[in-house]
Amino acid sequence: MKLVVAIVRPDRVSAILEELYKAEVQGLTLSRVQGHGGEREHVETYRGLSVKMELSEKVRLEIGVSNHFVEPAVQAVLRGARTGEVGDGKIFVLPVEKVVRIRTGEVDEAAVTPVQMAK
Amino acid sequence: MSRYFVSTAAFVAVLAATLHAQDAQPAPAINQADTAWMLVSTALVLLMTPALAFFYGGLVRSKSALNTMMMSFIALGAVGIAWALIGYSLAFTTGGPFVGDLSRIFLKTVGLEPQGTIPHVLFMSYQGTFAIITAALISGAIVERMKFSAYMLFITLWSIVVYAPIAHWVWGGGWLAKLGALDFAGGTVVHVNAGVAALVAAMVIGPRKDHARQAFLPHNVPFVLLGAGLLWFGWFGFNAGSALAAGPSAALAFTTTFLAPMGTLVVWALLDLMRNGKVTAVGGATAIVVGLVAITPAAGFISPMSAIVLGALSAFPSYYALLWRARTRLDDSLDVVAAHGLGGTVGALLTGVFAEKAWNGATDGVLFGNPAQLGIQAAAVLASIVYSGIGSFLLLKLVGVFIPLRAEKQEEGVGMDVTQHGEEAYAEGEGAILVLPDRDVKVGSAAMAAEGGRA
Repeated sequence: MKLVVAIVRPDRVSAILEELYKAEVQGLTLSRVQGHGGEREHVETYRGLSVKMELSEKVRLEIGVSNHFVEPAVQAVLRGARTGEVGDGKIFVLPVEKVVRIRTGEVDEAAVTPVQMAK
Repeated sequence: MSRYFVSTAAFVAVLAATLHAQDAQPAPAINQADTAWMLVSTALVLLMTPALAFFYGGLVRSKSALNTMMMSFIALGAVGIAWALIGYSLAFTTGGPFVGDLSRIFLKTVGLEPQGTIPHVLFMSYQGTFAIITAALISGAIVERMKFSAYMLFITLWSIVVYAPIAHWVWGGGWLAKLGALDFAGGTVVHVNAGVAALVAAMVIGPRKDHARQAFLPHNVPFVLLGAGLLWFGWFGFNAGSALAAGPSAALAFTTTFLAPMGTLVVWALLDLMRNGKVTAVGGATAIVVGLVAITPAAGFISPMSAIVLGALSAFPSYYALLWRARTRLDDSLDVVAAHGLGGTVGALLTGVFAEKAWNGATDGVLFGNPAQLGIQAAAVLASIVYSGIGSFLLLKLVGVFIPLRAEKQEEGVGMDVTQHGEEAYAEGEGAILVLPDRDVKVGSAAMAAEGGRA
């Protein structure tokens, strides 16, 4: 099992969700985060006070998948998230020691397999 | 001797004034009660534009909230000035049947003399608040994608080229006034006009890039309710103020403006309940606006009981138009066409049905034995639709020659607040670094951070 963590542009999220859905990757966690990955900062002005925004709004997706779903998940995020401009984000694939599905107590592969697919 | 002379001179002056007054009977005179009411009304109608900003601002996504609100606020400046410089003259001078003339350009001859029973400057200001909100209403159809500079130029020109002539037709002694069209406070001039311009603008500019692929949810429904409440409050100035006097006609318009949206709200809630089993807040706010729009042309012409019926009836077309619009490719984002275009049309037509001489002292409608009135009302609506449609289309094309009408797709994605205004409605402030021009050059951002330059 792997944990796929993707940091992406907020305005690409719906496209990514669409791609993940098409790739039949289900079950994910999404959080709004702020980050900086070398893109050009934009400047905002409040009452004549100019402010350089070093951190941009990003969205972090966390997707726990079984091994054969890692590549489809990564490819789906790539298709949805890429604009070609600096600031598109990163995808990290992390090893997972153990997964437990709280409702049933299932562990590991069984815990990251969606219910309807297991049937 | 000199004292005798002075008093004689004074006597002669008084006598002359008396004779003059008798000559000019009935001389227009300023009525203080009317003036007081119109001062209040003008401020009330002006408040409707910030109210509209909240109504519209709550309905869009958070990344474009400021941009949407600014589209209303900028009308307070751009359209207001255009009105004082030229719009007022085109609307409220004798001119011809279709447009006034330039005799009051730059407020020439608009002074403290009576216009009706109020000072002329006050009349001009009052009418100006109408031009401002009418232009701002259009923004609801093109939010989250129209380039702000193009929008500013468009509504400024629109208030002169489209709004002022139609105001002249109905209120400035133009051809619709002569035809006998009833429009108490602007059902055709304001709402049908803005609704049609909104339809044209939504079609010319096109839908938002994610339209029909993604749901656009209102980011702050309490703002929507706040806006609707303040609009209703301001609308008392809009409708009851349109009597231009603090008299029975204002009281009637006030009461119908009080009752009609109540009827709409109740019917809308019941429709919601039957359709989904739940009464929605956004629906309730929309219902109030639809009811207010519908009563606008009828306000001082129909009985209070008719107002309730008119309000109730007006809920149906707009309710179903909203549902239908959401399934089309037309991205009239905040439903200006359904609420204002359709609501205004229904109100204008029903004015021809419910008008009652016993209440307005002038004209009966269909229900009281004057079927011809409905035809006149339909002609007024149709004329506004045609003129506003063509005028708005040509103006958008003209503005598009000089400035692209749309923001870039990528700007739309990031959000219109940052890309159009360089501000955010809900800034976090995390990672924001002060840009101090003199120090920035010398020390650079790393040194600034070390000095505690982070905000």
